[in-house]
Amino acid sequence: MLRLEKRPTPSRAWAWGTPFLAVLLTMIAGGALFAALGKDPVAVVRTIFWDPLFGEFAFYLRGQLLVKAGPLTLIAVGLALGFRAGIWNIGAEGQYIIGAIVGASVGLAVYPTESRLVFPLMILAGGFGGWLWAMIPAILKTRFNTNEILVSLMLVYVAETILSKAATGFLRNPEGAGFPGSRNFSSYPAARNPELIAGTGMHWGVVAAFVVVIAAYVLLQRHLLGFQIRLAGQAPRAARFAGVSPNRLVIFCLGASGALAGFAGLFEVTGPAGQISIDFNSGYGFTAIIVAFLGRLNPVGILLAALLMALTYVGGEMAATNLGLPSAAIRVFQGMLLFFLLAVDLLSNYRVRLAGFGREAR
Amino acid sequence: MELFGITPSVLLASLMVAAVPILLAAIGELVVEKAGVLNLGVEGMMIMGAISGFITAVHTGSPALGFLGGALGAMALSLVFALLTQVFLANQVATGLALTLFGLGLSSLMGQGYNGIKPPRTPDLPFGPLEQIPFFGRVLFSHDWVVYASVAIVAAVWAVLKYSRAGLILRAVGESHDAAHALGYKVVRIRVLAILFGAAMAGMGGAYISLVRVPQWTDGITAGAGWIALAIVVFASWKPWRVLIGAWLFGGITVLQLNLQAAGSRIPVEYLSMSPYLVTILVLVIMSSGRGRASLNAPASLGQNFHASR
Repeated sequence: MLRLEKRPTPSRAWAWGTPFLAVLLTMIAGGALFAALGKDPVAVVRTIFWDPLFGEFAFYLRGQLLVKAGPLTLIAVGLALGFRAGIWNIGAEGQYIIGAIVGASVGLAVYPTESRLVFPLMILAGGFGGWLWAMIPAILKTRFNTNEILVSLMLVYVAETILSKAATGFLRNPEGAGFPGSRNFSSYPAARNPELIAGTGMHWGVVAAFVVVIAAYVLLQRHLLGFQIRLAGQAPRAARFAGVSPNRLVIFCLGASGALAGFAGLFEVTGPAGQISIDFNSGYGFTAIIVAFLGRLNPVGILLAALLMALTYVGGEMAATNLGLPSAAIRVFQGMLLFFLLAVDLLSNYRVRLAGFGREAR
Repeated sequence: MELFGITPSVLLASLMVAAVPILLAAIGELVVEKAGVLNLGVEGMMIMGAISGFITAVHTGSPALGFLGGALGAMALSLVFALLTQVFLANQVATGLALTLFGLGLSSLMGQGYNGIKPPRTPDLPFGPLEQIPFFGRVLFSHDWVVYASVAIVAAVWAVLKYSRAGLILRAVGESHDAAHALGYKVVRIRVLAILFGAAMAGMGGAYISLVRVPQWTDGITAGAGWIALAIVVFASWKPWRVLIGAWLFGGITVLQLNLQAAGSRIPVEYLSMSPYLVTILVLVIMSSGRGRASLNAPASLGQNFHASR
């Protein structure tokens, strides 16, 4: 029989090895799923993982990778701070929506002012919106001990309702002939989030994502607050004795992840999405949870994980148009990835020993 | 008698129907949590139940088999959760979230081609003359069998947890898995069984949404019902009868806001449709704060993994 033996400290080698193992296992299981759907598994896996990077249309698709990886990184880095401390913000989708709405509202309120200040102001407003939405679960958690998982998730549904109200009501384009959706930011230069280098997909949101990765890395490795976050997650009792205030951490972690999700929403609405529409949100807030775990809650790892997840998005769209793969299959694939990741995590925390072969006859 | 254009007896009757999905899912999750396992994948299991039940019912033509199919579909999904948390000792919060994300994707994949189909109707039980009683006939004797079954299941769970040996063992496992293990109880096996029971209930609840409440298949049909069920367990302080009260309260709010929308109330539709979620938050706040804190009632080993080192 196999027996598990807890390691005194998690294995460093496996900590880096498990994400790759999980991706490999997901490709195998995903291939089986695609085969079950009547597609050639090798062709599908190649379309998803190879073609966007090196295939015929790679020159266009590579840019799309950064477009998708930017918001995923921004949100996931914020979530990872909380996850490390045992604070579970799973309502990033809602904070993303509210950030986009608040930021867009500021821009649309001053339309058509042409000033350099408009876009920076909108970014601030977007972050503020996300922060504000995350403060609801944070304050309820610290004041009333309410479960932040349930509250932040409920607020996603509330945010979606507000979004549909915004698209059909208070932010609707007055010149849009009554159709839902706000003014398009691509025709409002002062508030636009343009592609900075043509063909790369690089926009201000991607720049912000890189900055945030570095900032979060420094915070976690070099700053006392980062140490406290890690301590609170690994040894809550020790953290309390060391004088770490749990409430301060809740406010900080939820606030930071909310603001980052709000930034992501603002960059998306002014850039790739272009406008507030009813179905503006595309589930980045939930996929970012997978990204955070795939990146092992480490900012640099998250950046790599976000690129990989972007690959499944871009490649999945390719597979949908070229091979007729249902788009839901990609969501299943992403879900599988998280399962395998959680399963193989066992290897970094435990040793698997063969037991019952005489040597340890207990 | 009418209030704001809504008849109270109709409101009460439809409240009982609207409460069934969250009632089933919540009573199942209560048993799971009583065994010390926090399964946040209720939403994923419900939607898997909704689609497997729908497919089964459409192909067999039998709603009863549909509910069975829903339960089995959700149980199959929950086996992944059981394997990961009980054998591979993965974090329960993360695994539960994964279950929800995966279930939403898989259900949408399975549901392709089932949009716009009507499932076979689940008939109301015939009560003969009882149905003619004014007010009570409409409220109590005008439902399908699942409504009565769900209340019976609450009673059964309450009785088993309170009076039976099996219930005592289940609670022991949830309060202190080390002590239960030392006494010779198979902690992992008991928890896996509890997870499967919770999944069966969530699956039936999901099937009720796609077979009776809506009744058709659309992506994301459960719309957060699984999360509300999780909140109801906290609201109920892990007590079966309070789950019933909680579910009826939320069923009442859902029905009331739908009726107000239909009656053309002056409150904007958006505020009405976000009300169930806002009320959930409000209730959580009330239950979590102050001296009567619900968390004091939580099983002591809730969410902790068990690894038999000895």
